[in-house]
Amino acid sequence: MSRVSQFIKSFALWELLKGMNVTGHYLFRRKITIQYPEEKTPMSPRFRGLHALRRYENGEERCIACKLCEAVCPALAITIDSEEREDGTRRTTRYDIDLFKCIYCGFCEEACPVDSIVETHIFEYHFEKRGDNIMTKDMLLEIGDKYEEEIAANKQADAPYR
Amino acid sequence: MIDSIVSLSLDIWNWFPPGWQLFLEIIFKIILIVLPLMLAVAYTTYAERKVISYMQVRIGPNRVGPRGWLQPIADAVKLMFKEIVVPTNANRFLFLFAPILSIGPALAAWAVIPFDRGMVLTDLDAGLLYILALTSIGVYGVIIAGWASNSKYAMMGALRSAAQIVAYEIAMGFALVGVLMASGSLNVGAIVEGQAGGVSSWFVWPLLPLFLVYFISGVAETNRAPFDVAEGESEIVAGFHVEYSGMAFAVFFLAEYANIILISALVAIMFVGGWLSPFEGVAFAQGTWLAQTSMLWFFAKTAFFIFCFLWFRATFPRYRYDQIMRLGWKVFIPVTIVWLFVEAVMVVAKVGPWSV
Repeated sequence: MSRVSQFIKSFALWELLKGMNVTGHYLFRRKITIQYPEEKTPMSPRFRGLHALRRYENGEERCIACKLCEAVCPALAITIDSEEREDGTRRTTRYDIDLFKCIYCGFCEEACPVDSIVETHIFEYHFEKRGDNIMTKDMLLEIGDKYEEEIAANKQADAPYR
Repeated sequence: MIDSIVSLSLDIWNWFPPGWQLFLEIIFKIILIVLPLMLAVAYTTYAERKVISYMQVRIGPNRVGPRGWLQPIADAVKLMFKEIVVPTNANRFLFLFAPILSIGPALAAWAVIPFDRGMVLTDLDAGLLYILALTSIGVYGVIIAGWASNSKYAMMGALRSAAQIVAYEIAMGFALVGVLMASGSLNVGAIVEGQAGGVSSWFVWPLLPLFLVYFISGVAETNRAPFDVAEGESEIVAGFHVEYSGMAFAVFFLAEYANIILISALVAIMFVGGWLSPFEGVAFAQGTWLAQTSMLWFFAKTAFFIFCFLWFRATFPRYRYDQIMRLGWKVFIPVTIVWLFVEAVMVVAKVGPWSV
């Protein structure tokens, strides 16, 4: 009996019509495309984009060259050189992040004891020539200065869950 | 002023010898068919992208012009300015000839398609044979493209396409024999006239299995999803047209869509009464334009079948090669033969809408 009904069904194109019914319904569904440059999806405060180095409110850079980020970096993207400054504090002379190596895992941010290295919301950036992929300390500090308010707000928003 | 222009152009027209006048008239008619057809082809590609994206809950092209209406034009301009790369050791002549061989039949078949009563380029008495011949020639473009490309993927695609089209051509031919028996004529216009008398006398109903076989074979014939093993993106890159770029590729593309429109038009003509109105003999439509026969109905029916092509593509996964062969040889051909027998019995017993 089931074989007979199977036979009839296959000749009535039953399964095919069922499939077309599904796609036919989807034709009238509300479309969920985000029109990217004009529309954007909401972003988590934990979003991990381009890196930045932060400063304290008095303008002193936070980084103390502990090299925990360099040690934890799974992609070996961070290179740090350090020295003792005239006032006796330990500071970096070089803080390079190779954005080609970086996998944006956020471990550097997790490891940092002074919340110096952070990953910002910026994800729309590009390089125009070879070598631009190396972010130097100056560039990182500049990004940090520019987006400090946003970074601080995101840290604030995420603080209760840490 | 206007009178003088009219008389001047009439003078110029009469200056041509009669043979030339006929020639020019035919050329004018051909342009009148081919230009809108090309436009329709361009916008079928747009419709395809829109319909499929809507079925996938996307929006589809909407950047070029309002709502993306200029997208096909942008595509055409882009392809026109691209270089046509001829592969090393490819047969240059055949390589460039294949796209022409592919689009030629797709356009030539329109010569016998009637848009309305008497609105046909050539009222050929063997129109159906002509169509059958031309739709099968199209495969040569594909095969030659595959062979001339000097590429194993192209060759593979061409072989698959050849096997597939040979298999489905037979079922298609048999389905047309059914139409022929029902209408008693090979003239395409006469076939449409044979379906006069409202929806119930269309050939779809007595020939339902043949209609399905013909339409599905038509999908296979045009190498469309789910029968697109000849292109098989996931298996053989792009099949027979891997090596083509620029305008040569564009011509293949045009041929594919021209074939879709052609098959849709043929199904509309042979099974659902071409230019005949579906409201013929319906009380409320009496005397209004709805009950009139017009080109509009032909275009509407064709558009519906084109939409079905796109719908199939959005719905069905690609058939495996052996499944295609099984369907073609072991299902469609027996089904058509059985139904032709049934039809013959019906004709002899004088059951059904036809009176032969």
